[in-house]
Amino acid sequence: MIYLNAFLLAGFVCMIGQIILDNTKLTPGHITSIFTVIGAILAFLGIYPTLIEKCGVGATILIMNFGNMLFLGGMEGFKNEGILGIFSGLLCKSSLAITAAIVFAFIICIFFKPKN
Amino acid sequence: MDKEEYKNLVKKKYPKQNKLKNMLIAFVVGGLLGLSGQIISRLLVILFGMSVKVSYSVVCLITIFLASLFTGLNFFDDWVTKTKCGLIVPTTGFAHSITSCGLEYKKDGMITGLGANFFKLAGSVLLYGIISAFILCVIKVVFYG
Repeated sequence: MIYLNAFLLAGFVCMIGQIILDNTKLTPGHITSIFTVIGAILAFLGIYPTLIEKCGVGATILIMNFGNMLFLGGMEGFKNEGILGIFSGLLCKSSLAITAAIVFAFIICIFFKPKN
Repeated sequence: MDKEEYKNLVKKKYPKQNKLKNMLIAFVVGGLLGLSGQIISRLLVILFGMSVKVSYSVVCLITIFLASLFTGLNFFDDWVTKTKCGLIVPTTGFAHSITSCGLEYKKDGMITGLGANFFKLAGSVLLYGIISAFILCVIKVVFYG
């Protein structure tokens, strides 16, 4: 069942993004930013962890998961260290995606040439 | 020909974007991405005995790597034009924006080109993600302990 859920959730969110893109003047940059903020809000409301449980990779592969990870990292930091922990822990969980994107992108940029 | 006529003519000749078709394409592509990720995650759990959480992280790594690689090979831009939001909303869009900016400005030098423009598009995701998450964290802490 998790496979069907993954398909439906990831597809549904992409479809909403496409509807926004087609009917407004917003650019893809706007849309990814909006979805990141929505992800943080869903995590705040406690919905996103349930989504990950039900939909698996369908939820973790979306950019919304980035906002979710940021919020959860901040809250975990607060649990361990108090107010200071929000600052030190905010990026902890999302570090994987950011570091991976930077490292891979840098390696690719060194070895490949642009189109023109 | 006056202005009104011209406007109507432009409207007629302008290629009609099929919104319904775009929606369906985005739905199917995004869905397939989620589905294949789920299958890979399941395979990792079965074959290598990873925990479910670790397998999600590995799938995330794989998608980011593939998105960067295909951007470097110049396939990805065509795919994004064809598949619309299906590849932008998943993490692939984030990796793609960083890699394409880096490649584009590489010719201006490693510091002033690559370094300065690396986060040109992805910066907004980082900025607003971190700001919103921080504010929400503070709200949660202040109002709900």
